[in-house]
Amino acid sequence: MTTEVKTKVIGKSVWRNEDPRLLTGMAQFVDDIELPGMLHAAFYRSDYAHARIKSIDVSAARARPGVVAVYTAEDFGDYWHVGPLQVPPPLAIKGAQFNARPLVPIAKDKVRYSGEPLAVVLAESRYIAEDALADIYADLEPLPAVTDMEKALEPGAPLVHDDLGTNLAADVYQQVGDYEAAKAKADVVIARRFFKDRCAGGAMENRGIVCAWDEKAQKMTVWCGTQAPIPMRNAIAKNLGLSEDQVRLVIPFIGGGFGPKVMTSMPDDVLLPWLSRKLNRPIKWIEDRRENFLATTSERDQIHYAEIALTKDGKILGVKDVFYHNTGAYDPYGMTVPLNTQTHTLGQYDVPNFYTQIKMVFTNKMVVTPVRGAGRNYGVFVMERLMDLAAKELKMDPVEIRMKNLIQPHQLPYKTGIIGQDFVENVLDSGDYPASLKKAVEMIGYEKFVKEEQPRLRAEGKWVGIGVVNFVEGTAVGPYEGARVTVGNNGKVVVLTGCSTQGQAHFTTFAQLVAEQLGVDVKDVHVTTGDTDQFHWGAGTFASRGITVAGSAVYAAATKVRAKALSLASKLLETPEEELELADGVVRVADLPSKFIPLGELAMKANPTRGTIEPGVEPGLEATAYYAPPHGATGYGTNAIILEVDKETFDVKIRRFVFVHDCGTVVNPMVAEAQIHGGVQMGIGTAFFEQLVYDDNGQLLNASFQDYLMPKATDMPMKMELGHLSVPSPLNPLGLKGLGEAGAIPPPAAYAQAIENAIHDVDFEILDMPLNPSRLYELVKAARKK
Amino acid sequence: MSKKVDIKVTVNGKLYERSVEPRMLLSDFIRHELGLTGTHTGCEHGVCGTCTVWFDGEPVRSCLMFAVQADGHEVHTVESLGTPDNLHPLQQAFMEKHALQCGFCTPGMLMTFAHFIQRHPNPTDEEIREAMAGNLCRCTGYENIVEAVKLAAQRMAGK
Repeated sequence: MTTEVKTKVIGKSVWRNEDPRLLTGMAQFVDDIELPGMLHAAFYRSDYAHARIKSIDVSAARARPGVVAVYTAEDFGDYWHVGPLQVPPPLAIKGAQFNARPLVPIAKDKVRYSGEPLAVVLAESRYIAEDALADIYADLEPLPAVTDMEKALEPGAPLVHDDLGTNLAADVYQQVGDYEAAKAKADVVIARRFFKDRCAGGAMENRGIVCAWDEKAQKMTVWCGTQAPIPMRNAIAKNLGLSEDQVRLVIPFIGGGFGPKVMTSMPDDVLLPWLSRKLNRPIKWIEDRRENFLATTSERDQIHYAEIALTKDGKILGVKDVFYHNTGAYDPYGMTVPLNTQTHTLGQYDVPNFYTQIKMVFTNKMVVTPVRGAGRNYGVFVMERLMDLAAKELKMDPVEIRMKNLIQPHQLPYKTGIIGQDFVENVLDSGDYPASLKKAVEMIGYEKFVKEEQPRLRAEGKWVGIGVVNFVEGTAVGPYEGARVTVGNNGKVVVLTGCSTQGQAHFTTFAQLVAEQLGVDVKDVHVTTGDTDQFHWGAGTFASRGITVAGSAVYAAATKVRAKALSLASKLLETPEEELELADGVVRVADLPSKFIPLGELAMKANPTRGTIEPGVEPGLEATAYYAPPHGATGYGTNAIILEVDKETFDVKIRRFVFVHDCGTVVNPMVAEAQIHGGVQMGIGTAFFEQLVYDDNGQLLNASFQDYLMPKATDMPMKMELGHLSVPSPLNPLGLKGLGEAGAIPPPAAYAQAIENAIHDVDFEILDMPLNPSRLYELVKAARKK
Repeated sequence: MSKKVDIKVTVNGKLYERSVEPRMLLSDFIRHELGLTGTHTGCEHGVCGTCTVWFDGEPVRSCLMFAVQADGHEVHTVESLGTPDNLHPLQQAFMEKHALQCGFCTPGMLMTFAHFIQRHPNPTDEEIREAMAGNLCRCTGYENIVEAVKLAAQRMAGK
């Protein structure tokens, strides 16, 4: 299916179309929208993580001048409803047990996490709305909270959902081969408990929504920074009992997504459109940073009980991993995150026997949904740690044991036998894993470092270590995306898709795909990524699927428009199609460039006001196309780092940071590299900085940027050295694979290996993440005491 | 609601006379009273640097000031730097080096570094990173921002 594409624009580091507006303060974000008569919303939120609601007194708030309305669950009457479940249960997996407890829009009877809304105030200004929050008195009877996943499953644990009778949200196992039989034959079996804690999405722009009901037009318009515009429009229409065309969702510029903004039915999404219609006033709500920390969604604490069985020469016979996944108080996003963990655990390795089991648990913590990496990094961390422990046990070099177990290029496509978040079997479609490891090892100078530099630095008393880890990144899952490409009468091209944009450069990369086919300047292609009145099919931007799934649809639509342009121009120029070319915004005779017709003129001819068009030909220089992958395309790579641990402070300084990756055909190298940069920043964050710290009462202790540490410029490596491989995916005509999450996946595993390697004179194991200087100090201190 | 106070503030060279509550944040004043929405707010507790503007020529966090404190003073926002058709050299360098992705933190970055470059015409990587430590970015990993600032500084010094 893949054809060699000779490209003019694809593969070029074109500057971004969206930048001039973003750079000059002219780009509109959701909080920039002001409408006449607009009300401002503020939410009254529970301070308790688990409590029975006895009563809520909002009378003083209602009496405050400037307050228009205050609503509690009771006031929403019949509109109060549970859900929806945004991602369906994993019925494709045999024997899967899943207990759906999707979000409620506003707490009724009981509070299940700290920050859950109890009332919403609507006032003439945000200042007044927040004043009124202080007027509200909620009589809450605190209940014992449950935050620990294992304790949550013990008999007698407080129940998050009383009606369920258990805190077990799901139990799903999958297996390939027979792990226990493999274990019986193994020379070495290593088993450990691993823990990896939560991090925040942390987009610089908080969530927000503006909604406006037009009574005369009977139409709801919503501006919102969701990653999934079409599903959100459909959800709002369903909630309000409207047909889809009565709801228009417009996506302004979005200040970062990173996962949490994929949600389409958060409390505000459900409540505020209904209130706008009820009160017949536009409403704006902008989340503040504290609310973002407490009550949006975050990611993923998991406890893994994992083991690996090997022969004495280091060949893996099998892996077993039983893990707990903390979904928080509800599970609106199904099992996407832990299923990603399952499909990514074995990574690039050829493991014939694998048993993996998820126990998903409800706790009184914030709801868990995907955040960049989305569970992939957890599987990778566990597996790479097992490899390191095995190497140590077998006295093998960490690189050697990895090389020995890699899936070889001739084994691809490699069916893993594990069903993924997209409910189809995970297939590693394309790549050259040994080449990736070799390249990373060469780039970082592994041999030289281990044999020459490290001994010298150790002799100087320095703790300097190296880590080399592999990863895969499942990307570009279905179901599908679509696009419409239209040449306007002015010769400029409009691209519409439902795959919204949070900074990934779709305004440019999609434009490049079109420019390639239509021979126009990239600047003359205007991309709209999320206006449901203009295009209303698609699933959204998640799972690193934008360029591959939506991009393939854009490219297919542009290809159709090209064919139409050639057909019509051939008639008008009385020249066979084969002799024509599209370039510089015209269709012209290749050998006689003075004989041409501009695309704009062609667009007009394709849409005549009188006369007729040929039967079977659709009007206009326009086409719509869809792309639906059979399964995701899997990127991969290797992360190699050299770091130094300060012996006094236990701070870690990165000396070298090498990242090799393969995302197939690269549309815009500048953009692709920057995606890695950003992903790495989150990867380093979750290795050494970022952790949402909850106490036993379910209180988040660090709900501000002051206390929650996102990596700053001074925390990042001075230079990320990137190595590119490009094995095209066979799944789409351009050979694309996603890469948006790649950078976030391997750094915790690389850190762990490199830090253990650096602190060579202490025998200790890093089994939990994230680290920070004090945790590392404690680990080393404890090991020294032994 | 407290009594409103009359203030006169010069923003981007234009004098604005407004009546505001004493508690109104300077960031809200700029964004919602004056409609200059290029200044963004990311945390409203003075850490992320997204709301950075110049106050009498010095970079400050507009979320940590009240509008009334700006009475009689001069404020510059990102809108004062350049226009889409006529970018400031720093904005141009940000575009060329792909120093922004979602662009939300960018106005704060630009206001920090447009000032920084005046004081450090030939900055080192370390100086740039140190100066950037008060501005958070979640998208870029910062490396391309360092490159953009260097490029802009070179071009501005080379003229």
